Amino acid sequence: MRAMVYRGPYKIRVEEKDIPKIEHPNDAIVRVSLAAICGSDLHLYHGMMPDTRVGMTFGHEFVGVVHEVGSSVQNLKVGDRVMVPFNIFCGSCYFCSRGLYSNCHNVNANATAVGGIYGYSHTCGGYDGGQSEFVRVPFADVGPSLIPEWMDEEDAVLLTDALATGYFGAQLGDITEGDTVAVFGAGPVGLFAAKSAWLMGAGRVIVVDHLEYRLEKARSFAHAETYNFREYDDIVVQLKKATDHFGADVVIDAVGAEADGSFLQHVSSSQLKLQGGSPVALNWAIDSVRKGGTVSVMGAYGPMFSAVKFGDAVNKGLTLRMNQCPVKRQWPRLFEHIRNGYLKPSDIVTHRIPLEHIAEGYHMFSAKLDNIIKPLIVPNAG
Amino acid sequence: MPYTADKPQPKESREQLRARIPGWGADLDPKDRPSYPREQPGIETGAHWDFPERQPESWPRELSIEHKFLTPVFGTSTPPSGFSGVMRKYAYKYSEGRAAHWLILLAADRVNAWESHLRSFTTLRPDNPVTETGVLSEFSGHGVGSRFGRKRADLSHQWLDPVVVGAPWVLAGAGAVAALRALRLRRRR
Repeated sequence: MRAMVYRGPYKIRVEEKDIPKIEHPNDAIVRVSLAAICGSDLHLYHGMMPDTRVGMTFGHEFVGVVHEVGSSVQNLKVGDRVMVPFNIFCGSCYFCSRGLYSNCHNVNANATAVGGIYGYSHTCGGYDGGQSEFVRVPFADVGPSLIPEWMDEEDAVLLTDALATGYFGAQLGDITEGDTVAVFGAGPVGLFAAKSAWLMGAGRVIVVDHLEYRLEKARSFAHAETYNFREYDDIVVQLKKATDHFGADVVIDAVGAEADGSFLQHVSSSQLKLQGGSPVALNWAIDSVRKGGTVSVMGAYGPMFSAVKFGDAVNKGLTLRMNQCPVKRQWPRLFEHIRNGYLKPSDIVTHRIPLEHIAEGYHMFSAKLDNIIKPLIVPNAG
Repeated sequence: MPYTADKPQPKESREQLRARIPGWGADLDPKDRPSYPREQPGIETGAHWDFPERQPESWPRELSIEHKFLTPVFGTSTPPSGFSGVMRKYAYKYSEGRAAHWLILLAADRVNAWESHLRSFTTLRPDNPVTETGVLSEFSGHGVGSRFGRKRADLSHQWLDPVVVGAPWVLAGAGAVAALRALRLRRRR
């Protein structure tokens, strides 16, 4: 089969690999029909995530058709069209049995601090991902769901992470009616978080970024007020001014480890790998939320330390909420919202890239070329 | 507004927001939100086991020392090999709470990349920094127009990307040239 393969920082190529095998009775092998590149894949691509090995196939957002099932699989059969959440989870451990699927204790031998994620380094379990023609899906009776007949495949692939994560981020904000919600980052997760904040009754939604084309999308897609932080000496002061010097009730960090806004923070994390991530957006979130407010962290950070302004968070009495999204738990409600026309996730898709050209796709996404927001990967574009 | 007990009010009323935003307030009640409350004991997951069957271990699998035992299911992508593999196995002697664990793994990642680059030169498909970096999309993706005149914050550090990618190749090339020159000089003598 053809698969994307990591060759070292900033380098990937497509190689011929063996089709994955059933390794556990509850495995399924899925033939991938559509995948996506996630912003967090760029942390792997840039070599920031420890234990990212040459030869690994990335990709934790994918949908496809069941090609083979293990002996104990009861809920899926060959030929089923399935969407697969980015979390790999057993469904039976202490955490899964309470709905914390992203914190599963039975799927990641390499680390206890994070669950299993497809194609996301050995720190997240060492599973190959879906930017390929086939992928091994563990716990097939627990993770995947059938794609509803009425659902567009591009909407389905965005439900496997980006939409679910943005929606989850808004939930962690504990938004109440009339709240002012500020979102740092107008990438896919930020756009979906902003859109979801309205569903939860926000009175005002503000999105901050430095890419004007993404802010335009935040205005048209997410109905948000926008600020380009490059236009202000101090974006925190600007947000205070915009909120009557009160601060936002809820701030969502939808940027994560490679936040811009400070050359030193960015270079020390992205280039020199001395931090788990550049906490610029997180620090802005802490500073621009009101006292007693809530900061929801959806941006992905590496496992190492980062220079976070924790003292301000303490002194302001903030609630900091965060987790990897337990994706499947969000689906029933999100299916309703899509069906009701409240959400149309595929509206943010800007590029559809054949697997054979995935190296160009990563470069464009990394360098933010051609007004890219969400690139999809088509394994069999021919 | 002076600093009083009042909270700043949104400019738009509930009705105005509902008219402007499709689905506004559909999840106003926290009970309609799927991750509320955070933990939902007994949630239906589809698991038909108390503890999963164990996946066979085909090589001594790296394991966080914070785990009690090897997890019943684990990834089998890219087993450790070469010197980077030795480093990785050593890193797993430290817990996730120790910087040594992560720093050794990051160092092993760099070693792994170089092992692979060198190994690729013994194959029919050596690494090609032009195709593998996807840099040709600078032409199809409007590299110049996408960057300049747009107030982008990332331009301050993007110039470092080719340095990170290219410097080791330049250094390796310079080293090879220096080695060849030294060899020639020795032969002439």
